[in-house]
Amino acid sequence: MIVEKIDLNTVQNDFNRKMAAVKRRVIICAGTGCVANGALEVYDALAAAIAERKLDVVLELKEEKPADIYLSKSGCQGFCQAGPLVTVEPEGFLYCKVRPGDAAEIVEQTLIGGAAVQRLLYKHPVSGQAIEKQDDIPFYKRQNRYVIGDCGVLNPECIEEYISRGGYAAARKAFTQMSPEAVCEEIATSGLRGRGGGGFPTGKKWQLTLAQQNAKKYVICNGDEGDPGAFMDRSLMEGNPHRVLEGMMIAARAIGADEGYVYVRAEYPLAVQRVRKAVADAEAAGLLGDNLFGSGLSFNVIVMEGAGAFVCGEETAMIASIEGQRGMPRPKPPFPAQSGLWGKPTVINNVETLATVPLIIAQGSSIYRTMGTEGSPGTKTFALTGHVANTGLIEVPFGTTLREIIFQIGGGVTDRFGNPDPDGFKAVQIGGPSGGCLTADALDLPLDFESVKGIGAMIGSGGLVVMNQDTCIVQVARFFMQFTQNESCGKCVPCREGTKQMLALLDDIIEGNADEQTLMLLEDLAQAVQLGSLCGLGKTAPNPVLSTLRYFRDEYLAHVRQKRCPTGQCKALAQPEIIAALCKGCGACVKKCPVGAIKGEKRQPHTLDAEVCVKCGSCVQVCKFNAIVGV
Amino acid sequence: MPDKNTLLLNGKPVAIDNEKNLLEVIRKANIDLPTFCYHSELSVYGACRLCIVEIDGMGIQTSCSIKAAPGMVVRTHTDRLRKMRRIYLELLLANHHQTCTTCVKSSMCKLQDLAAKMGVTEVRFKSRQGSKPLDASNPSLVRDPNKCILCGDCVRACEELQGVGAIDFAHRGAGTTVMPAFGKELKQVDCVYCGLCASVCPTGAITPKPQIEAVWSAIGNPQKTVVAQIAPAVRVALGEMFGLEAGQVTTGKIVAALKMLGFDKVYDTSYAADLTVLEETSEFLVRKTKGEKLPQFTSCCPAWVKFAEQYLPQFLPNLSSCRSPQQMFGALAKHTLPEQLKIDPKALFVVSIMPCTAKKFEAQRPEFAADGVPDVDAVLTTQELGQMIRQAGIRFNDLTPDSLDMPMGFKTGAGVIFGTTGGVTEAVLRFAAEKLTNVKNENAEFTDVRGLEGVREQTLTLGDTTLKIAIVHGLKNAKLLAEAVAKGERQYDFIEVMACPGGCISGAGQPVAFDAKTRARRAEGLYNTDKTLQLHAAQDNPYLQKCYRDTLGEIGGKTAHRLLHTHYHSRKRFEDAGFSVSGADTAKKLDVCVCVGTSCYVRGSQKLMERTLEFVKAEGLADRVDVRATFCFEQCDRGPTVRIGKTVINKCTIEQVREELQKQVVAV
Amino acid sequence: MCPDCCQTATRKFEKVCEILDKHQCDPCKLIPILQEVQKVYRYLPEEVLTYIATGLGLSPAKVYGVASFYANFSLTPKGKYVVHICDGTACHVKGSGLIKDALFKKLSLSQDKKTTEDMLFTVEAVSCLGACGLAPVLTINGKVYGQVTPAMAESLIDDIIAGEKK
Repeated sequence: MIVEKIDLNTVQNDFNRKMAAVKRRVIICAGTGCVANGALEVYDALAAAIAERKLDVVLELKEEKPADIYLSKSGCQGFCQAGPLVTVEPEGFLYCKVRPGDAAEIVEQTLIGGAAVQRLLYKHPVSGQAIEKQDDIPFYKRQNRYVIGDCGVLNPECIEEYISRGGYAAARKAFTQMSPEAVCEEIATSGLRGRGGGGFPTGKKWQLTLAQQNAKKYVICNGDEGDPGAFMDRSLMEGNPHRVLEGMMIAARAIGADEGYVYVRAEYPLAVQRVRKAVADAEAAGLLGDNLFGSGLSFNVIVMEGAGAFVCGEETAMIASIEGQRGMPRPKPPFPAQSGLWGKPTVINNVETLATVPLIIAQGSSIYRTMGTEGSPGTKTFALTGHVANTGLIEVPFGTTLREIIFQIGGGVTDRFGNPDPDGFKAVQIGGPSGGCLTADALDLPLDFESVKGIGAMIGSGGLVVMNQDTCIVQVARFFMQFTQNESCGKCVPCREGTKQMLALLDDIIEGNADEQTLMLLEDLAQAVQLGSLCGLGKTAPNPVLSTLRYFRDEYLAHVRQKRCPTGQCKALAQPEIIAALCKGCGACVKKCPVGAIKGEKRQPHTLDAEVCVKCGSCVQVCKFNAIVGV
Repeated sequence: MPDKNTLLLNGKPVAIDNEKNLLEVIRKANIDLPTFCYHSELSVYGACRLCIVEIDGMGIQTSCSIKAAPGMVVRTHTDRLRKMRRIYLELLLANHHQTCTTCVKSSMCKLQDLAAKMGVTEVRFKSRQGSKPLDASNPSLVRDPNKCILCGDCVRACEELQGVGAIDFAHRGAGTTVMPAFGKELKQVDCVYCGLCASVCPTGAITPKPQIEAVWSAIGNPQKTVVAQIAPAVRVALGEMFGLEAGQVTTGKIVAALKMLGFDKVYDTSYAADLTVLEETSEFLVRKTKGEKLPQFTSCCPAWVKFAEQYLPQFLPNLSSCRSPQQMFGALAKHTLPEQLKIDPKALFVVSIMPCTAKKFEAQRPEFAADGVPDVDAVLTTQELGQMIRQAGIRFNDLTPDSLDMPMGFKTGAGVIFGTTGGVTEAVLRFAAEKLTNVKNENAEFTDVRGLEGVREQTLTLGDTTLKIAIVHGLKNAKLLAEAVAKGERQYDFIEVMACPGGCISGAGQPVAFDAKTRARRAEGLYNTDKTLQLHAAQDNPYLQKCYRDTLGEIGGKTAHRLLHTHYHSRKRFEDAGFSVSGADTAKKLDVCVCVGTSCYVRGSQKLMERTLEFVKAEGLADRVDVRATFCFEQCDRGPTVRIGKTVINKCTIEQVREELQKQVVAV
Repeated sequence: MCPDCCQTATRKFEKVCEILDKHQCDPCKLIPILQEVQKVYRYLPEEVLTYIATGLGLSPAKVYGVASFYANFSLTPKGKYVVHICDGTACHVKGSGLIKDALFKKLSLSQDKKTTEDMLFTVEAVSCLGACGLAPVLTINGKVYGQVTPAMAESLIDDIIAGEKK
């Protein structure tokens, strides 16, 4: 059965005409974050307010018809801290923290009046100045949203809009004007490297798979982004699923595959839904299925939901999962390029990698190479979180420094209450549970795969957690070790047993039960786990420990030698004391203390006997002067 | 200048000869790299990480998962590698109940062995998990999850070689445990007790279930006369426990040891094996002449019998109705020995020494007991016998050999070769040949059916008869073959099935062998014994001839049938599984149970269930009828099976269901 | 038992058969099959797993092994309201542990007992939900709540309890 094929150019022209007939467009960010913050209610309120003012609004561009406003939802715009976000085109106003109650004002002032609603604009945290346009906001200004930019604009459920922006043209080029070798070559020349953490040259991976003589090959899109604190892939799958599909199609063309899988974490229900819809729409349009672009070639995509195992982000574990087994990795070699899904040559690529591919094919590898560094061309998305003013999803060219990211884009370090803390920078955890920490020494390091590896960390999938001086680095190492331990599949001895023992040793350190032998044992064990584990999860599990030991050894030593936690975060090591300067001698704490650890004269600063104290915290609860610490 | 097909191993060139992986090349070069999870007959798992090597340009890799390539530069014991191996052993030992001195696997345990070999002198890690309960309620095996190192050999053996999959990994990470489904006991699931898991287990996590104390008890009881029967495979392996070579035949010493332990009489299972040959061959020739119930499957392997009862009920009529030699011996012993030895029948205590764990299960089958007294009272594995000998302090190697007691200690070579794959078939052929050609050839051999490959086929012509024979070992092989026969893709007259690799010589009760050559040597020991005996064909056993004259009567006759034959029944796979599909309260309701076990499922019980539910709904009977899905009525060959109230209907159709429901509901 | 429940049990079983048929009883599709069956029963009952094993020609131990490997599969019944507290980096750093402690305390739950006696609530910590900009995050039956405090979490629970009483 021949599916009715659409003509990309026709669709593109049609859509552009429809857009041209509309005076204004209002885009509401409907990524998971903003939705949780009430973006859908804002959408409804705007729709209602517009209707009440009897403006001509369309919610879907079905026909070419003059209208006042096109109201649409987009994927994640990245500025999560400031959501719900509303953008008005063509003016380019970006409104932050919009509430349903603001709808009427927006309609009146902006949609009818053409002026910005000042109080909804972003305010510069230092100067207080209101900024109208997205591109002028420091958070966005220094970014190069090459791959994820469209997420914040187009309606991810509208295949026509994607096509109108040049979508699927790269795939058409790959299928009709380029040979598989040429496609591989172009990607190889571009220097694109895997964005999932491995950083393996994508073109080379494709070439290796193309070289395998086998009629059946597979493409798998790795959407199992499980790094805690990373949501780049989620945003791409939710915000621009068609670009990801297009990338898969080009990969299929490059290696000679006719079947593909998109493996999405079940914890991303919106992403699952969007990808499924995208697949269905693409099939209906004849862009997936048989005889693509008249080439006689087929490509079909199956969407599979993960079932809750971080380890399935590892390629051989993912393959096992698709095969219906426990997600346990397999030894490499053989690599998936030679023997992957059901023993057939398979390419597994990360979502971001695939989303970049159509751009390279469309614009050419030399354009791509103008961004980034020699060894790491292009851009990288990062999820910036932690003690930083502007948390959210960013994209910068490789070679950008940490300083730019944290202080310019991120707006600087904050204390635990969210207030600016200019001297508060302690470290950045990069690469999540597989990564390491970067200290102040690395602030001016141009970030790329090699430079970060050179100082004992790795870019990973792009999680960046900023930590201020209040953070206990041992606790950070422990947090990541617990995560890795939890997610270990249990197959190989070094990871299953090693991470368990490493976690226990870290607990000993935190509980004050360790000594210097513990540190030596921890390091010995970390090395053995790193060198001998079966898969990347185990091999990189010790990274946070090794990296923090390298840069913050003194902090560890304080824990084991003096049984003291310098940041005061480790409860078991806390030294309770009363700050004399703050204590008014009211005696309220004395009454509450169940063991009589506090003594003092009325109206004189009291003292606390740490030997007697059981750290129940009752005194802290009653002290009106915050004079008791370390409990 | 290295040859085109060599690699450098620790600086020296080694030839590559198409080995399966780098590990085999290294072992060929006399370096015994340690492994837990590697087994040459199982898929590569790559989890224990002990076989790691350093390869130039590839870093640290597990040698079991890499193919050797010319020009590779490999190092096996650098500083890093030694340190890593020690740490991994320490990690395993940290979890392990280090009660080596009281562990049944002590001195045969790979963890213990490697820890010593790799130079582990301290375990710097603490145990971080609690105790798990033992699973010891079945007759054949004991599972101790606390000793498990999660190498997965048992899981892969059960699935890949036996096609059963009774145990698998469950849960994840540090909580991973090997267990039967839902954490049940082995007894409650479809384990066939072959014990292959115990054979491959490197530690004491799965071991045969001991019955030593029961035997000591009987020996110590002055009112009991304790007799032993020794299986063929035992005599070529027991010596390994005392430092002798595999395959060295030590029958005489075994008899002497048994007598010293206090056994009153020592006989030979091979005598009963000769008996089995006569009965089974005769049965076969009758079937062959009539052309019915072919192919005939052998039935001496109890794991195979349980397997067939569970998964191949349609072939139960094809199984030989003969009991196994162990059980024929037991029945005959209980029948003839009391009179012969002038003892009270109740005083007789029969112990079999077997290479096998399934034999412990077989001895307890209700069909093999008379008046509640089992024909075989206790089964000891080869290992258990070895332990008893040690417990008594007997210096096995210095014993003067003793001779087996008569008449049940006399055998021909045919009975001895039962212990190896192809042995039963050859023994049968030695009798069949004489019957079919009417020519007596006392030295007849059928070497074509010998060998150690898992599936072997032979067609031969004896007289006017052409026989198509298949010999398999490994239950998965058996299942595939049976399915091919069922589909009509293959055709045979006679099929020998052994569950254990290579036959009984590799049974789970045999001494633990880390070396693959052992199997071949043990088989050779049996064929050599055959060679050195005076008689080679079961029909020539004069004591057996006398037994028929005096006791049994005709081969296959009434007495023979009563004592030496049995029947089979299809078997429930899982205890008490079932669920209410209609969700009705069962009190005062008519119970309708539809079997959804594999056999019935395959015959359409799912559709039957759905249509039953439709019918119940359409007739408005939902409040009076409870429809349940159950697992296995044990009538698998006559499925789909439905029970309505007290009526059981086989080969049930929806019409029969409707009819019966009308009858019973109206009556209620 | 009410006819409703009979209907439900029947419908559930029929759904299982449908699901198996839809996937052509292909053992490679075990995970999607389990996911769909879990939607029907809200957990994976033992007998149903055995039935699925039979239908797919797999050993029950294997099916159990797969079901118990993945965190999203539940082998015990869940409460009517499933509360997931995100324990990703950002949420952790912003105090998700305190929320979990508060809810455990309020509902008398623990690491080993995650569902209340009256089967109303199940409270679990889950790995990163990817809404890090709103940390700490929890979801109740899929609905996402951001910037949650222990007090907020408790009041969400109270609201539900009040709603159920009506």
